[in-house]
Amino acid sequence: MSMQSQDIIRRSATNGLTPAAQVRDKKMEVAKLIDVTTCIGCKACQVACGEWNDLRDEVGENVGVYDNPRDLSADTWTLMRFDEYENEESGKLEWLIRKDGCMHCAEPGCLTACPQPGAIVQHANGIVDFVSELCIGCGYCIAGCPFDVPRINKKDNKAYKCTLCSDRVAVGQEPACVKTCPTGAIRFGSKEDMLHYGAERVEELQGRGFAGAGIYDPAGVGGTHVVYVLQHADKPELYHKLPTDPRISSAIYGWKEWLKPVAAVAFLATLGGTLFHYIGVGAQTVDDDETDDGETKA
Amino acid sequence: MNKHNKLARTPYAVRMSHWLMVICFFLVAASGLSWFFPSLNWLNNLLGGPQLARILHPFLGVAIFVFLLYMFFRLVGYNLPEKGDGRWFSNAGKVMKGEHVEELDTGKYNAGQKVLFWGIMGLITLLLISGVMIWRPWFAPLFSIPLIRIGLLVHALAGVLLMLLIIGHIYLAFWVKGSVDSMSSDYVSRKWARKHHPRWYRDVTGETTTRKEHS
Repeated sequence: MSMQSQDIIRRSATNGLTPAAQVRDKKMEVAKLIDVTTCIGCKACQVACGEWNDLRDEVGENVGVYDNPRDLSADTWTLMRFDEYENEESGKLEWLIRKDGCMHCAEPGCLTACPQPGAIVQHANGIVDFVSELCIGCGYCIAGCPFDVPRINKKDNKAYKCTLCSDRVAVGQEPACVKTCPTGAIRFGSKEDMLHYGAERVEELQGRGFAGAGIYDPAGVGGTHVVYVLQHADKPELYHKLPTDPRISSAIYGWKEWLKPVAAVAFLATLGGTLFHYIGVGAQTVDDDETDDGETKA
Repeated sequence: MNKHNKLARTPYAVRMSHWLMVICFFLVAASGLSWFFPSLNWLNNLLGGPQLARILHPFLGVAIFVFLLYMFFRLVGYNLPEKGDGRWFSNAGKVMKGEHVEELDTGKYNAGQKVLFWGIMGLITLLLISGVMIWRPWFAPLFSIPLIRIGLLVHALAGVLLMLLIIGHIYLAFWVKGSVDSMSSDYVSRKWARKHHPRWYRDVTGETTTRKEHS
């Protein structure tokens, strides 16, 4: 990296004996708060993301939904997801709009799954970033992510996702999507402040009859550095299948945390076993005193 | 080469399949380990660095499967289970101590070799299926993410088990002197055959293996 952050608290495929540079680890944890209840779905955040990050996704076709483009991609790091929800209690149709993108998990599944040393890093401020020059294009991050966020770019076979504008944040600026949001639905600051502000919003929403209102900061991944205020936090799946209890899948966990050490022991035991056996039993040779015809020499 | 008094054991095409497969397996196993154990990441330099190794690994893996498929059809007939296999397993301890057990009367391949044969064939099939599921950018997009996660776990587990089997295979070939001859030149010595595979020896020579009768 041309600019050293020296605040990397977690580095993919790197053991604890050889940590990344992290002397500047006193940074406060940051968070982006997305208040879906004040979002008007204007997609200015999508445009600002593309503009700041210099991304141009292909112009798609209208398929009869507001989601445009239809999915996240290597060129679309954030995307407004629109869902229509018929609320049986109130009898009203609700238009739920969620800005989708990387959640910047405290315990990132992508980083856990990544096999290439240093291709995914987590900064002390909580940002999870892909170091593209080290990415090998295996796509394990896609399998590791509980939120289905990373995407491989066809042009260079590398994975991309929201950086939380780590370049802007590093110089004291807020992410581009936050800067551009016209309703103040996206905010940025210390995680503590964002949770505090979010709690006020939740209280207000509950006072207005949204009994299920709450903050989405899922504990299963250690909390996230992108948090939502949801009017139906008791049913997050309403918001384009936002997982109710996201966590790193047990297959990924079993592969990295269980199979790896067991395999290491098995390899050492097998290799060691062959040495002990060979030295202990000795080579299996055909007796020299036996002729080709099976007769024993006199 | 003096083929006098030697016995043909492994035909040329099977031997070439085996050794071409060995070259591919060495590279595939090295790159696979490089992603499984981060401390062994340097091993992927054997295939031209991390990104190139990631691209080549699955193609070489398919080559291994193709070579093994050929070997499967050539060798499966000799590796079918038979009555005497149980006796070999109950005497496996003695075999590993290098003690000669007359009553085993082993054919072309002993029961341990058959386990290796079926283990390799089973694991390589698992590796092919799970490998296709996680193969980017070509095939992985056809599978759901939960399936790909299982594919990753199965691929790693099967890869580790196969490498453990192969370590055992290499060791036993090294331990039992004279075995490698059958994979390099085709021919093994009569002494070797009589000692380790007496029933096969009788089948190919028409001779008996009991010394008293012979003399």
